[in-house]
Amino acid sequence: MSGEVAIIGAGMHPWGKWGRNFVEYGVAAAREALADAGIPWRDVGYVSGGATVRCGYPGYVAGATFAQALGWQGCEVNTSYAACASGSQALAAARNKILAGECEVALVVGADTTPKGFLAPAGGYRPEDPDWVRFYLGITNPTYFALYARRRMDVYGDTLEDFAAVKVKNAAIGSKNPRARYRKCFSAEDVAASAMVADPLRLMDICATSDGGAALIVCSLDYAKRIGKGDAPRVAAISTVTPSFASAVVEMPDIATDSAAAAGIDAHSFRASLPMKAYEEAGIGPEDVDVAEVYDLSTALELDWIEDLQLAPRGEAAQLLRRGDTAVGGKIPVNPSGGLACFGEAVPAQALAQVCELTWQLRGECGDRQVEGARVGITANQGLFGHGSSVIVKR
Amino acid sequence: MSSKPVQPAIEGWFTLSDTPQLIGSQCCGCGTYFFPKQDHYCKNPDCDSTEFQEALLSPRGRIWSYTNACYKPPAPFVAEEPFEPYAIAAVELEKERMTVLGQVVKGVGVEDLKVGMEMELVLETLHETDEDTKVTWKWRPVTDNGGQG
Repeated sequence: MSGEVAIIGAGMHPWGKWGRNFVEYGVAAAREALADAGIPWRDVGYVSGGATVRCGYPGYVAGATFAQALGWQGCEVNTSYAACASGSQALAAARNKILAGECEVALVVGADTTPKGFLAPAGGYRPEDPDWVRFYLGITNPTYFALYARRRMDVYGDTLEDFAAVKVKNAAIGSKNPRARYRKCFSAEDVAASAMVADPLRLMDICATSDGGAALIVCSLDYAKRIGKGDAPRVAAISTVTPSFASAVVEMPDIATDSAAAAGIDAHSFRASLPMKAYEEAGIGPEDVDVAEVYDLSTALELDWIEDLQLAPRGEAAQLLRRGDTAVGGKIPVNPSGGLACFGEAVPAQALAQVCELTWQLRGECGDRQVEGARVGITANQGLFGHGSSVIVKR
Repeated sequence: MSSKPVQPAIEGWFTLSDTPQLIGSQCCGCGTYFFPKQDHYCKNPDCDSTEFQEALLSPRGRIWSYTNACYKPPAPFVAEEPFEPYAIAAVELEKERMTVLGQVVKGVGVEDLKVGMEMELVLETLHETDEDTKVTWKWRPVTDNGGQG
């Protein structure tokens, strides 16, 4: 397909709680990606940075920050903010620049240092800020994940054991990933013994926030062929669509959903709409997917995503899980990296980390995490303010 | 509850009557409801109306899902000492075709709730200040006698 770009390099700074400046992680990831691609930094014509916005925290000038740290060499820069989808939006900008013929090689990079302590809104009396409102009324981030999880239990019959099995599966495979932050195997008993945070989710059902950095080198197919990498994995589709009104699922930080009362308006699920555009753009369907990296902010959410990606009919993801189909070695492995369960979320880097994992999977370089014969991979994630993404990589 | 005067935790978001209701708005062009109130632009992509009327939302609905808070949230939440976990419900309003979050009244836990259960809106203390008692809307399971009605 003419709309494709090649991924010739991938790199990451290991996830953790390192407490250093985010620029350091991004530079390490970028240098690893450049070395992986085997190209010099001066060949890069465009730096596209995934940013985060946090009380003046300087991640919001990501593109320029990383370009300067790697050494100004006169390339063009871009900075994308799209919450958890920042990396995908930065990748889309790079792809468009390449497909427009304005550059041949781009570096896409995101990195984060998570601030210490609770992420709480500014004080005072500020009812115009939905984040202030929900904290004032006692509704925190785990509330939303737990609402989705409980609905699965009551409507589809999912169990606490199912949710624990997601953690056990992801911990087992993530223990083999040197870039993951948490590399310890856990049992279902370990999960059951962890503290209840927001019923039905326990501490070990919910992902942490981490420091980390991820980078990709993407280029035109011509350039890839010229340097002998014509068979490199390709970006076949990027979806960064907004929700469709009326959004029927209550989303952080809102206190209510849209109303679908108007004539001609239906209720829609944002998560389910994200991969639809990606499948359409890539000209493939869910039956073609060999491996998926999804945003498991909670264990239960991994099951929602499996259905949103149409890898299982609605309500049947837990059956796939129970059969072992979503583990490496199963029919459709999900989160062979270990997922957020093992990484923790580093917002502007996470969507790129998902694509890094698919790149290595499609190159067959994942060792004992390898999904045999993987040729098509899909990512999915969702963040604040109507941002989300789904990327399809194929070989 | 103390004898301090009762004040809404958030001004103008709900009525203070014996049968309280959330104060939302409705687009005069397409009929879409909004909570919190929306008065300047309609979020329906097929509607560009800028006229809205105040709308009191249905005081009853059915549980879309529910959970609880086992740990004390950070400020601006004002926690009781010692902290008591509370349940939270997302309740679907049929007429408005929307879901509204809220705490569940004290004494009702997640073990008492189920998706689809009918709930009604009541007012209960959120916290107290030196001067007054701040109340907010909460959800309560509808009992056979219609609750306080």
